[in-house]
Amino acid sequence: MRFVMKRDYNEDIRLFRYRSTFFWYLALVAGCLMAPLVLDEYLLSQLTFVCMYSVATVGLMLLTGYTGQISMGHAAFFAIGAYTSAILTNHGVPFLMALVAAGFLAGLVGIVIGLPALRLSGLYLAIATMAFSFIVEEILARWESVTRGNMGMMVEPPSIGPLVFESETRYYYLSLVILILTIVAARNLLRSPTGRAMVAIRDSEVASQAMGISLAKFKTMAFAISAFFTGVGGSLYAHKLTFINPESFTILLSIELLAMVIVGGLGSIHGAVFGTAFIIFLPQIIIMTKDYMPKYLAEQTGLEPFIYGVMIMLFILFEPLGIYGRWRKTKFYFEMFPLYKKDTFRREKKYFKAERH
Amino acid sequence: MAFFEARDISISFGGLKALNRVSFQVEEGEVFSIIGPNGAGKTTIFNCINRYYTLDEGTFVFGGKDITRARPYAIAAKGIARTFQNIELFKNTTVLDNLLLGRHRHRKTSFLSEALFLPWVRKQELRNREKAEEVIDFLDLQAYRDQQVAGLPYGVQKTVELGRALATEPKLLLLDEPSSGMNMEEMEDLSYWITDIKEELGITILMVEHNMRLVRKVSDRVLAMDFGVVITQGETKEVLEHPDVLQAYLGEEGAATRS
Ligand SMILES: Nc1ncnc2c1ncn2[C@@H]1O[C@H](COP(=O)(O)OP(=O)(O)OP(=O)(O)O)[C@@H](O)[C@H]1O
Ligand SMILES: [Mg+2]
Repeated sequence: MRFVMKRDYNEDIRLFRYRSTFFWYLALVAGCLMAPLVLDEYLLSQLTFVCMYSVATVGLMLLTGYTGQISMGHAAFFAIGAYTSAILTNHGVPFLMALVAAGFLAGLVGIVIGLPALRLSGLYLAIATMAFSFIVEEILARWESVTRGNMGMMVEPPSIGPLVFESETRYYYLSLVILILTIVAARNLLRSPTGRAMVAIRDSEVASQAMGISLAKFKTMAFAISAFFTGVGGSLYAHKLTFINPESFTILLSIELLAMVIVGGLGSIHGAVFGTAFIIFLPQIIIMTKDYMPKYLAEQTGLEPFIYGVMIMLFILFEPLGIYGRWRKTKFYFEMFPLYKKDTFRREKKYFKAERH
Repeated sequence: MAFFEARDISISFGGLKALNRVSFQVEEGEVFSIIGPNGAGKTTIFNCINRYYTLDEGTFVFGGKDITRARPYAIAAKGIARTFQNIELFKNTTVLDNLLLGRHRHRKTSFLSEALFLPWVRKQELRNREKAEEVIDFLDLQAYRDQQVAGLPYGVQKTVELGRALATEPKLLLLDEPSSGMNMEEMEDLSYWITDIKEELGITILMVEHNMRLVRKVSDRVLAMDFGVVITQGETKEVLEHPDVLQAYLGEEGAATRS
C-alpha cells in the first residue's frame, strides 16, 4: 500500500500516478522496441497482430467497458477500415492519409449506428449492432465493382514517403507506434470531460442528464470514437495481410473482439491490451501444451476451440474483473503481504455481478 | 416576477392524477420546502422539472424563461441541479470523479482537444479540480476523496450527491429527501450546510423533506400537498400547524396503525 502526498492538482491529472509507474512503462516500451532482436519472425508477427488488434479493442473498450454500450458489430467497423484503406492506397493515396480516412469513415458510420443505441440497450443493442454487421458483410460481398466481392482484393504494403513497411520488423514498429498513440489518446479522453461523461452514462443515465450530459451526443460520440479506432485497426490489418475478403470480417470476429475486452477486464485500457494478447497467444499456448497431454486427448479434433471456449467461460465466471483485475490482486497481495485478506476485493466483485443484468 | 414558478402543473399516470393543477412560486435566495405523505407527488414534481416526465398541462418558468419543454440535459445547463431520493451516484468511480462530473456543464473543450490534452484542456481540468476541492472542503469529504463510491456508507453517499449538485454551481438546487438514511450527526451537519448554501453561496433551494425538524429549522416557506393537490402553502410555522396538514399526516399514520 502506498500513500501519495499531492501538492498540486497537476499531480492528479497526469498520466502516470507514481514516478515509478512511468519508468515501468518506459521499460515496457523499451522491451517492445527490442522484441524484434529476440523473437523469431513468427512470434514477431503474432506480436504485430496483438498491436493492431489492440488498436481495435481499445476502441471497443471505450464503448463497451467505459460507456456500457455493447456492440456485436465491431467486425463491420474493422472491415470498413480495412476496405477503405485498401481501396484508397490501391488508387495511389498515401498510406497515412488512407489510414486516417479509414478511421474517419468508420467513425462516420459509427455515428449512424450510434443512433439506435439511443433507444436500445443490452441484448437489443447487441442484436441491432449484429444486424448491422451482417449488412456490411453483405455489401462487401455484393458491391463487386468496388470491393471485388468474394474474390477479395490485394493490398499494397504501406509506405510513408520513401519508407516502405515490407519487412516484419518494420511493420511491427509501425503497429506499435500506432498502438501507443491510440492508448495515449484514449487515456487523454478518459481524464477529460468526455471520458468522464462516458463513464457517467454507464453508471447512471438518469444522473448523467441531471449533470447536463446529453445522452444523444455522448452516446453517438462514444460510438464514433470507438469505431474510429477500430477502423484504424482494420486498416493496419489489411496492409499486414495484403489480402482481404469479406470472410475475414464475419460475426465471429465481432465475438472475438468482445471476448478480448471481457477477458481483459471491462473498464480498463490495460485490460484491452492484455485480453487481446491473451486471446491471440492462447492457440499457441494450447499447441505448446499439447506435447504434454495424453495422446488420446491431444489428438481430439476440436480441442483448441474447446479449450478456448472453456477459458473464456472460466474467466467470466471466476474473474469478472478480467486479467487486469487478477494482476491488480496479485500485486496487492505482495504489497500487503502478510496482511492480505481475501475479502478485500469481494465487495467490488459482488457489485460487478449484480451489474450484469 | 418569481425566480422559479410552477403554473397549474398536472400529470397523470394511467388513471392516477399524480399532480393536479399544482402552482407555487419560489423566490430568489429562499429555502422552499415541499411536504406531504408518501405518494403525494413530491418527487414527481422534481421529475417533471428535470423533464424525465412530461407535463400534461401547465408550465415551469425559471429566470423569466419557459423551461417546460427544455431537454433533460438542458435543465442542468440552465443552472438547476438536483439530488435523488434513492441515491443516483456514479458508483464505479471515486468521490472526486463524481464531483468532477458535476462540472460537466462548464465544459468548453472539444473532444479532439481533449484527446490531445491540449494546454487549455489542462487549464480547464485544474479549474474543475479547484472547484471540486472547494466542495470537498465545504462538506468535509476529504477522507473519502479518492474512494470508490460504491463502498461508502449511505449517509456519506447522500453527502457526495449533495456535493455533486453543488459542484455544478447551480442557481436553483432541488433536494429530494436529503436527510433520509442519515444518522443524527449527519442530519445536524446537513441543516447547517443547507443554511450555508443559502446564505454563503446564495443558492436558492427547493426541498422535499419528511423530517419536520429539519423543515422547521431551515425553510422560509412550505408547501403541503397530498394526492397530487396542494393543501396549503405559506410561512413555515403556519403550514406545519395547519389543521388540514396535520390531518393528512395523522390520517396516514392512523391508516398505518389500523393495518
Ligand atoms: N413513472 C410512474 N409511473 C406510474 N406511476 C408513478 C410514476 N411515478 C410516480 N408514480 C405515482 O405517482 C404518485 C406520486 O409519486 P411520487 O414518487 O411523486 O411520491 P412522493 O410524494 O415522492 O412520495 P414519497 O414520499 O414516498 O417519496 C405515486 O402514487 C406513484 O405511485
Ligand atoms: Mg419521493
